[in-house]
Amino acid sequence: MASITKPLIPLVELERNELGLTVRDYEGAMSTLCAGCGHDSVTATIVRAVFELAIPPHMISKLSGIGCSSKTPAYFVRGAHGFNSVHGRMVAIATGANAANRKLHYIGVSGDGDSLSIGIGHLAHAIRRNVNMLYLIENNGVYGLTKGQFSASTDVNSTSKRGEPNLLPPIDPVMLGLSLGATFVARGFSGNKEHLLPLIKAGLEHTGFALIDVISPCVQFNDHEGSTKSYLFTRHHEVQVDDFTLFQDGIHANGSDDGAVTVSMHSGALLRFRSLPADYDPTDRASAIAYLERHKAPDEVLTGLFYVNEAAPDLHELNKTVTEPLVAVPFERLCPGASALEELQKSFV
Amino acid sequence: MKTETRTLPSRDDTAVRVNDCALKLANVNGTGSASANTLLMKAIFRMGVPVSGKNLFPSNIQGLPTWYEIRVNESGHTARATEYDLVVMMNAQTYADDVREARSGGYVLYDSTWPLSPELVRPDLGYLGVPLTTLCTQNFAAARERVLMKNICYAGAVVALLAIDPKIVSALLDETFQRSTRLRESNQLALRLGYEYACEHFDCPLPFHLAPIDENAGKILIDGNTATALGCLYAGATVAAWYPITPSTSVMDNFTALCRRYRREAVGEPGPDGQVQYRNNYLILQAEDELAALGMVIGANWTGARAFTSTSGPGISLMNELLGLAYYAEIPAVVVDVERAGPSTGMPTRTQQGDLLLCAYASHGDTKHLLLFPANPAECFEFAVKAFDLAEHFQTPVIMLSDLDIGMNDWVVPKLEWDENYVPDRGRVLGEKELELLGSFFRYADEDEDHVAARTLPGVSEKAAYFTRGSGHDKYGGYTELPREYQEVVDRLAKKHAAAAAHMPPPVVERRDGATIGVVSLGSCDPAVREALDLLADSGLPLDFLRIRGFPFAPEVRAFLDDHELTFVVEQNRDAQLRSLLTIETGVEPAKLRSVLVYGGFPLSASQVVEGITAQLEV
Repeated sequence: MASITKPLIPLVELERNELGLTVRDYEGAMSTLCAGCGHDSVTATIVRAVFELAIPPHMISKLSGIGCSSKTPAYFVRGAHGFNSVHGRMVAIATGANAANRKLHYIGVSGDGDSLSIGIGHLAHAIRRNVNMLYLIENNGVYGLTKGQFSASTDVNSTSKRGEPNLLPPIDPVMLGLSLGATFVARGFSGNKEHLLPLIKAGLEHTGFALIDVISPCVQFNDHEGSTKSYLFTRHHEVQVDDFTLFQDGIHANGSDDGAVTVSMHSGALLRFRSLPADYDPTDRASAIAYLERHKAPDEVLTGLFYVNEAAPDLHELNKTVTEPLVAVPFERLCPGASALEELQKSFV
Repeated sequence: MKTETRTLPSRDDTAVRVNDCALKLANVNGTGSASANTLLMKAIFRMGVPVSGKNLFPSNIQGLPTWYEIRVNESGHTARATEYDLVVMMNAQTYADDVREARSGGYVLYDSTWPLSPELVRPDLGYLGVPLTTLCTQNFAAARERVLMKNICYAGAVVALLAIDPKIVSALLDETFQRSTRLRESNQLALRLGYEYACEHFDCPLPFHLAPIDENAGKILIDGNTATALGCLYAGATVAAWYPITPSTSVMDNFTALCRRYRREAVGEPGPDGQVQYRNNYLILQAEDELAALGMVIGANWTGARAFTSTSGPGISLMNELLGLAYYAEIPAVVVDVERAGPSTGMPTRTQQGDLLLCAYASHGDTKHLLLFPANPAECFEFAVKAFDLAEHFQTPVIMLSDLDIGMNDWVVPKLEWDENYVPDRGRVLGEKELELLGSFFRYADEDEDHVAARTLPGVSEKAAYFTRGSGHDKYGGYTELPREYQEVVDRLAKKHAAAAAHMPPPVVERRDGATIGVVSLGSCDPAVREALDLLADSGLPLDFLRIRGFPFAPEVRAFLDDHELTFVVEQNRDAQLRSLLTIETGVEPAKLRSVLVYGGFPLSASQVVEGITAQLEV
């Protein structure tokens, strides 16, 4: 992927976060995606989210597979190690990376081809392992880099640019995640950054696998009239299920608790849901699945933080690994030494 | 090349032979025979006699034929034998075949509870009928026990027939069943039943039998997969990812057991219940497939951990994509390939050396990998450690090619030694302080004499950050599609691969006076080839020997080929893959290399090597 370095000229006095960094310090190279691509909005939202959470750039590890979406890690947080890997395998690589160093913040960016076709097996198993990471699917319902084929998330009868309808039923990453036991499941829309920002921030604060399906229109191949993943369609049909506030410092969360569902996060943050539908609880998986099933309609794109479970142990807690990163354990603690080998071999005679 | 026809000395059928015999034990799998067979093998080992045990088992859980072969040889030749002095027939399904396997003048032992069909009687064999079923039915009550104890019962008879020290066998049973008085007593009884029956009814010992010597001092009995797991443990591997596959599964089973023993750390004070809390300084991931397994290994290595996977041929096929990524993006990875017979599913429980070319050039585009070829469990241990050093030094995948014969059979090898002064070669990794001194960091720009550029790890500093990619990149790590920039990087990779030759384990060379012909081989061929070379030298044909232990080939390999007018390449695959690799990589004249190929799936025997060489030298 080609990339162009962004000039770093401070034009105005910018807001600084707790680390004294400005939002520009979290940017990456200039995007080479098409003008108006939904993915660029997602990139900008990620930049804003990590800036607001004041995560040190070098404590972020950003990974991707192959596709338009997978180019984007080059475009945010230049101070973080990035890994643009191979098609569909990103989350396996992220799992290994996370196994080696549990202290970093892992951001995986993927697309509908990467996650729902070639890499769906890896995604399913990363969900089962509850790898502590933010996993974004920049979902445009189309293969962009290969010029417009249907993807596994294309809706039935949504048409290609040439007008042919898609006949195969779509795979919904949200229902996939919920059915496999993902511990954080959300959907956002790249055209609605105000709503996407808290989703991404909450996903980063979550301990465990945070799956966010982001409807992110492809201006080149899937933004036409017959598409159900166009800007226009999504704008007109987005239905926000919930309204929540993320308090980074949970102890000082203000406002009224009345009638709200609150979730305390391991990171110390607190999620407070307001104005939930009567028959829906985002901390109850069965309720979330039932609600989404009931409201599945061709003319509604539900968005929101559908489900969150802070209690489930993540990969490291399941495996009872040491609390420091495995990469930080000195060799002396790893190698049992000559006398242990001598002793062990008494059972080999 | 013309030489006179040679015949090897044939054996006297009836002469007394001490510490030189071969046994074949024919069993039904899933009936508990393995414990009886390893009991015999271990007892012989403890008598100080060189021994090997080869398990020829089916890809099945219960009910199919399985064989165990024990070769005893005072001179230390313990490759698979093809002539059996004693065949223990415990599987009526294979009686006819098993009777044929006994050498003329040899013996068969069978369960005489039922009569042997007359067509199974060969006039040149001795028949040793032991009423195993009757003995066990009379002495054991439970149905399962009656079946299991037949195995220990025939072991008892073999102990008497071969003059194996019964005290050693008895002690081994006590050790095995130290936790259960009941099992200990029933096993000891079964052993005694067989032993006493044989002593009463046969002239014990047989003309070929054992006598204690002292050849096994300082040696151990170990299979290659256990040794590999130990190597990974000692190398400091913290992350392992794998997908179960025969015959490599026991690498990770053993690694898991070893980690539970050596890698758990007590944290904090014991709780109110007195229970100590443990934390693990390892993480083993059973992946969804081999692609994910290698992906995890790459992710962990990229982040700075020593990580490995173990697999077999079908897994390597799947890992091709990610091997290319690790090669091009220059990420260390250790892959253990315990080879089995291919292609496709092939024969999962049979041995072969058929993954050589696949591993050497795995993945699309121009790729070349570092390969290690252990020949026995001792080298599995040594090379597993070496694999991590090489992978991190050269920032590239290292594949260690073991095979089923090495990996799953017990071998007698010198006791493993650990050098307390060992310091892992973590390669060129820039830390925070080194980065501070650096103006700016570019991933592939600063190459050393081995054509390796320094890398950085995530989580260290912003200055260290770079973008790893499997797409075209220039030496700064930036994306490129420009021919010059692209070639600069891939040309360095070729030079880096070539530079690794000097770091690989050097070949083992054994020269004989007067030899003009060479023999080159690798891996588990070693004991059979060395035995064959002794036999050929005894018959007047001295040959030089070189065993390859790594790829890229050390300079000695080409020199050896140049030194000999003709070289035989002995390997266990159909297509002469080592010969091809030698031809491609050393530029040697192909006509100078002749092949001896054995690839039916059973471990190599000296006789196959002798025949393969002499057949091509005869007029």
